[in-house]
This record gives sequence, C-alpha cells and structure tokens, in this order.
Amino acid sequence: MIHPFFRRVLLALSGTLLLASCSDNKQQATTLPYIGEHDVRARTDGGPADTIYATIPRFTLTNQEGKTVTDSTLAGKVYVTDFFFATCPSICPKMQSEMLRVYEKYKNNPRVAFLSHTIDPAHDSIPVLRDYAERLGVTNASQWQFVTAPHDTIFALARAYMTGAEADKKAAGGFAHNGTFALVDGQRHVRGLYDGMNPQEVDRLLREMPLLLAEESAKQSKP
Amino acid sequence: MPRALQVLRGAAIATAFGLLAGCFTNKQNEGARLYQEHCSNCHGEQGAGLRRLIPPLAGSDYLSTNRAALPCILRKGQQGLVVVNAVEYNQVMPPHEDLTDSQITNILNFLQQSWGNKGEAYTIREVSELLGACNGSDGR
Repeated sequence: MIHPFFRRVLLALSGTLLLASCSDNKQQATTLPYIGEHDVRARTDGGPADTIYATIPRFTLTNQEGKTVTDSTLAGKVYVTDFFFATCPSICPKMQSEMLRVYEKYKNNPRVAFLSHTIDPAHDSIPVLRDYAERLGVTNASQWQFVTAPHDTIFALARAYMTGAEADKKAAGGFAHNGTFALVDGQRHVRGLYDGMNPQEVDRLLREMPLLLAEESAKQSKP
Repeated sequence: MPRALQVLRGAAIATAFGLLAGCFTNKQNEGARLYQEHCSNCHGEQGAGLRRLIPPLAGSDYLSTNRAALPCILRKGQQGLVVVNAVEYNQVMPPHEDLTDSQITNILNFLQQSWGNKGEAYTIREVSELLGACNGSDGR
C-alpha cells in the first residue's frame, strides 16, 4: 500500500522523466541550420532544384608564424572564428577566455580549427600576433591561428561571418566590434552563431560542435 | 483620524527605512558593481586575469607594492611592461576619465578587500590627493 502523497510524488517524477526523455530525443535528432541567404537554382536536367547555401568567400590570410592560411587549409575541418585586436581594452579578453574553453576541449583534434582575425592590421603585426597567442597559452599555431590581412579583406570576412566590426574613433581602442563566434563547416557554410561574451551561448556552441563533427564524418565517409 | 495618522506615520517610517536601505546597499556594493562594469571584462569576474595577457588582481602583490600608484593607474590607464607575482605582462589598460574620485576609491577598496586580498583601505581624501600626482582628481 503506497501512501497517497508518495503516489503523487512518484507520478510527478515519472512525468518529469518522460518529458526529459522526449526533449533528449529531440536534441539528438537536430542537424545545425545553414545560416545566411539561400539561393535556389533550377537544374538543367529538370531534376529538383538545388539549394545553394551562403558560402564564405575564398580567402588568403597570414597567421602568427607568418604562414599563409587559405580556405583550402581549412577545407573539411570544422572551425570557429572571431574578430579581435591585440590592444582591445573592452570585450576581447573575456571573448578570448571563452574561446579558450572551446580550444581546450578540442586541443590537438586535427578536425577542429580556430581563426581569430585582427581588425587592427596596422598595429597587429605578425610579432604582435605571435606574442598575443603565446601569452594566451596557444602553442599550436596550426590549430588556433591568429590571422591578419589587408583591412578590406578582414572587414569583408567579418560581414561574411556575420560579425559586426568597424573602425570607430569613439569606441575604446578605436574599433567597435561584437563578440560573435561563427561555427563553420568543412564547405565554408556558417552553421552557428554565438555570443562569445555569454558563457551560456558558448556552452551551446560546445553542445553543437559534436553535431557538426558527426555530419562531417558522415560526409567524408561517403565516396 | 488618529487611525489615519497612525497609517501615515507607518508609511513615513517605512519610506524612510526604504530610502536608507537603498542608500546603504548601493554605497556598500558600489565598488563591486563598478568593478563588474568597468574592470571585469579584462581582469575577470573573480580577478583572476587572463593567462599571461591580463594580470590578476586576486592575490596580486602589485596591489600592495604599488598601493599609492593605483589611483592614477585607474584614472590614466597604463601601458608597457608590468610585473605581477613575478610574471611579466604587457597590455594596454584604458584610462577611466568618467569615474569620480569617490568611485575610484570604492573600486580600489573593493580590490583591496576581495578574493583574499587584505590591503589597507583608502579614504576618498587620500585618493584625491594621490590623484593629484597625475593631475587626475576631479574633487568629487
């Protein structure tokens, strides 16, 4: 004989468990969305139209070791981007400390890369970027690259990665930018955007990265 | 009539307490609040700093060895090499011309008394005097 109170508690508990298992299933089934404008193109053979997803334009950058980094360096890898500058007094340290959490988790995983773009290429020379990376404790320059390029290239890439960045004399340090992290798949499609200043958002990035890695594995195992 | 008066008196006392409480809690936490607003993005919510990029404030020898210089560092910012707990740092710290002398005092006292730091507290008068060295006192 169960006391009515315990019966009610048991009922409530099993209800919660059922609900919890529902939402778990839902999470497991998710694939990440393609972010940005889609283009639909009719096929010449009359088959179902192709969906063309927004794609990051091809790029050539230079990293903290003076080595060239292009889109083909990163092809097939899942990578996370942000925009910063070495003397940034406002949001960068917090943003980079959040990026460090993600880096620590995927350190030495050859399928994951990190790309931090300087929005102050005039000041952030290669030695400055190298010093910054070393002070942050990033020793593996082929995994987390701190990159520079001519001003226009960087700002065009910031737009492509949907990160706000502009020169602004009134902003602390001379540049206004936000702390967006973009998660990019192996074919240069943005698959997630996260506020790098918000630990909960970065937790979401950490939950979503395995989904994208699984998707890449599935793609690569196909002939 | 006396009943209405009683209610009125009660309300007045409650309001007075409310106002006082407001005053005290704000003042008491002003240093912590200003720290979160102006300092924590770089130095961290718990004053831990960031690797070898941003020096720590928690358990930092710099706070006691440079006690007299701190008001001007907050006011005018700092750049160049600094050594904290035997580690070299070289970052730009921005100036804070927007803070009053008393706000700087509250931030410094929060730093000197937080995260295990046991530094000597400042008075506002002392901070204003120390700020004179860099022409940084606003007298408020």
